[in-house]
Amino acid sequence: MILTNVGSVPGKKIVEHFGIVQGSTVRAKHIGRDFMAGLKNLVGGELKGYTELLQESRNEAMQRMSDQARQMGANAVVNIRFATSSVAQGAAELFAYGTAVRVE
Amino acid sequence: MVEFFLQSPDLVIFLVLLALGYAAGSLAEKRHYKSIEKRERELVRLAVVTAEGSFPPGRVRQAFLVSGSTVVSIDYFKRLLAILRNIFGGRVKAYESLVDRARREAILRMKAEAQQRGAGMILNLRLETATIGRNANRKNQVGSVEAIAYGTAIVFNK
Repeated sequence: MILTNVGSVPGKKIVEHFGIVQGSTVRAKHIGRDFMAGLKNLVGGELKGYTELLQESRNEAMQRMSDQARQMGANAVVNIRFATSSVAQGAAELFAYGTAVRVE
Repeated sequence: MVEFFLQSPDLVIFLVLLALGYAAGSLAEKRHYKSIEKRERELVRLAVVTAEGSFPPGRVRQAFLVSGSTVVSIDYFKRLLAILRNIFGGRVKAYESLVDRARREAILRMKAEAQQRGAGMILNLRLETATIGRNANRKNQVGSVEAIAYGTAIVFNK
């Protein structure tokens, strides 16, 4: 599966459009990590636990989006966009969407 | 004087946290900026554009999505500064540097991934920020900021 966030796949020609595909996931980290993040909030700096969490969730969201595209018979998703929102305290939703296409 | 502090442990804890936040926070920020600047110089050859761009046929070998992200939190001292700033209004420098660090770090991680996979250029850079963590839904309190940078990396034919 080729993924891009431009309107086409550079170097390849789009032969068919399938419409919007999307994937999302809501994740929370266990209490220990939240506690560590709370401590880190005092001194500032990167919260590695959360970075990791969001990275994993984004990969999951992209995976779901690709699966949906594959089922439609697409071999690429173009114009991908990401969005993040915090659904509840300590839980984050990651959302990815794009246009499924077939390239030659 | 000593008795006064002993009688109000809350105040002592507050002052200790404030001092800790100030010392550790400014040290971490200084170090982070140094490392950001160093890596930015190393990766300056890899062009990043927000345009979509088009290429002559046969020029592009491969195109794929690259992304980088980071979650940065503000320290106790700066959070207090920002709350005070809310009263008077104006530039909130503490938060400016926070989001600036987060974005630059995210872009650097994206560039590092692209370079590792042999890309010569990144098209259509998009930046996204979100507040997350336990303070995210509370009013007037920014807990931590997440920045994502993503774009399409292009590998050219030689």
